[in-house]
Amino acid sequence: MKHLKPINSKARKISADMAAIEQASLGEASSEEDVMALQQAPRPHVPMGCTLSFSPGWEVDATGGTAGLCQPVERDIYDCYVTCFWPVQVPDHVNYSPDWASNCAAATKDWRNLDLVFP
Amino acid sequence: MSTLLSHRYRRGEIHEFQASGAEFMYLVTAGAIFALDDATRHVLDLLGDGDMAHDDLVTALIGTGHSAVDAEGLVRELRIVRAIQSEQVIPAPGPTTPPADYPLQALVLNVTNQCNLACTYCYEFGADKIATPEGKPKYMTVETARASVDFLLASSGTREAVHITFFGGETLMNFKLLRDVVGYANEAAGAQGRRMTYSLTTNATLLTDEIIDFLSDNAVGVTVSMDGPAELQDKRRVYKSGKGSYAIIEPRLRALIARHRTRAVTARVTLTNGVTDVMRIYRHLKDDLGFHEVGFAPVTSSGEELEYSLDGDAMTGVLADFNALADEWLEYALRGQMHGFTNVSETISELISGTNKSHPCGAGLGLLGVSPSGDLSPCHRFTDADTHTLGHIDTGLDQVKREAFLDKGHVAAKYECQSCWARPLCAGGCHHEAFVRYGDTGHANLHYCDWIRQWTDRCLQIYGTLSEHNPEFLERFAARKGLS
Repeated sequence: MKHLKPINSKARKISADMAAIEQASLGEASSEEDVMALQQAPRPHVPMGCTLSFSPGWEVDATGGTAGLCQPVERDIYDCYVTCFWPVQVPDHVNYSPDWASNCAAATKDWRNLDLVFP
Repeated sequence: MSTLLSHRYRRGEIHEFQASGAEFMYLVTAGAIFALDDATRHVLDLLGDGDMAHDDLVTALIGTGHSAVDAEGLVRELRIVRAIQSEQVIPAPGPTTPPADYPLQALVLNVTNQCNLACTYCYEFGADKIATPEGKPKYMTVETARASVDFLLASSGTREAVHITFFGGETLMNFKLLRDVVGYANEAAGAQGRRMTYSLTTNATLLTDEIIDFLSDNAVGVTVSMDGPAELQDKRRVYKSGKGSYAIIEPRLRALIARHRTRAVTARVTLTNGVTDVMRIYRHLKDDLGFHEVGFAPVTSSGEELEYSLDGDAMTGVLADFNALADEWLEYALRGQMHGFTNVSETISELISGTNKSHPCGAGLGLLGVSPSGDLSPCHRFTDADTHTLGHIDTGLDQVKREAFLDKGHVAAKYECQSCWARPLCAGGCHHEAFVRYGDTGHANLHYCDWIRQWTDRCLQIYGTLSEHNPEFLERFAARKGLS
C-alpha cells in the first residue's frame, strides 16, 4: 500500500492481503488457490466447461493478448449482467445481488474483487 | 451495447483521530488502524459528508498534482480497505460467529457462594441480584470440581493450555477444595501433555502465608477486589456487622505482594457513589500497597436510585481522572516503562491485535461459569441464576440454550451498535450488566455508550502517539501480553 501505513496487526494483515492482490494482478501469482485468467502464466489454463470460462481471459487475439481486440474485453463483465447479451452465469443483479460488482470499478484491475454469490 | 458502471464514493465506516500532530484512522469494519498520508487526507476532505463520482474524484486529485495512475491507485487502495465506499455498498461482513463447537478456554469455578463480607453493592447479594441460590449447595464438592476439570479438558479441543479461575462468594472460604483441584488438574492436564493455568479473585481477608506460598508456587494469578484506602474501602466493603475490612486486609495484602513472585497481583476497584477518587485510589493501591496493576469499573446497577449508584456527574469526574491516569500511562510508555493502570493496558492490547469482536467477551463462548452445584452458566456473574443455566457439569453444555444466548449477544443483533464506531471493542458491553439494566442479555448497554467512545478514542490517541514516537514499546508490550 502506498498511502496507508498499517500500525496494528489487523492493518498489517490487510496490507499483506493487498500486496498479494497487487502481485497477482502483475501476473506473478504463484498460489495455486488463486483465481486464474485463462491466458495468465503459466499457460495454458484450459477451461473445463463453460461455467469456468471467464470472458476477460477467454477473448484474446491471435497473439494471446487483448491489444488486437476491437473492444476492451473487460467491459464484457458488465455486458454479462447489465445488458445481458452475453450468456454467462452471473448473479441476478435485478433482484438478489444488486451489489455484486460494486467493488469492481475498474474491471481490468479489480475483477478479483467480484463477489461470489450463493443463491 | 455496453454500459460501464460509474461509481460514486463516500467515506467508509472509519473513525479518524489525531495524535502528536499525525493523522490516523480506525477502520471500524475490521479493527485496523492506519496512519494517513496527505493524499488520503485530501480524499477524505474532498468527500466530506457527501459523495463524489469516481471520475470527479480522480480529476480533483490530478488537479492537485497527482498523476492519473497515482490518483486511480489511491482511490483503489482506499476502496479496497473500505476507507471509502461506493453507493452500491456491499456491507462489510460483520465479525463471524464462532463455530458451534468452539473449544473452551477457561472455566470459572464458583467454589462457594458464601462470603464473609457483605459488601453493600455486591451483585450476588445486593438489590440487583439475579442469583437464586436457595436450596442449592453452598460449597462446591471435590467431585463437582474434578468433574469440571475433566469437562474443561474434554471440551477444549486441541488447546495446549487452558485456564481455571477460582471465584466466589469468597474464594478462600473453600481453599481446601482449591488446593485439591490444582493438584488434580495439573496431573490431568499433564497426562495429556497440556498445561493448566490458574487465577483467583479474593477479598484478601482470609489470606495466610501458607496460602500465599501455595498461590505463588502454583503461579496462581491473584486479583484482589478492593476499593482503596481505609475510608473508601470501609464505606461498602464491610462485614455483616458493618465493620470495615481494610484493617484486616492491609497486612495480608502487603504479605501477598511481597511473597507472591510468580504472577502479577492485581487490584480490581468498584466505583460507587462517594468512591470515585480514582487518582487517590490508584496512588494508594499502586504506590503505597504495591499492586502491579489496578483496574476500575463502575458498579453494575439497574439504574434505580440505589444508595451506591453513580450518577452522570460522578461518571464525568471519573472519566477526568481516567484521562489523567491515561496521560501518565503514556508518559511511562514513551519512556519505555510499563504503567499499572489496567483500563488503558487492556484497551491497548486489543488495539494492538485489532480485535473485532462478535461478542463483548468470552462468556458462553470460550468461557463458562460453574456454580457450586455444578450448573453451567455463561460466566461467574450468572452463577446460580436459574434463568441463565446453560446445562450441568454432569450432563454437559446445553447447546440450544447456549446458541440462544450467543445469538442474542452477537453484536450484529444489537441495532444501536450498527452505527457506532467503537463496536469492534465494545460489542454492546457486558451481558450481565445488560440483563440487570434492561432485563435482556442481548441489549446494548446504552447507558455507557458515550463513555466507551470517549475512552476508546483516548486509547487510540495513546496508540497513535506511541506508534509515532516509541513503536518498540508497542512491540514489547505485545510480546509481554502474549499478543505477538
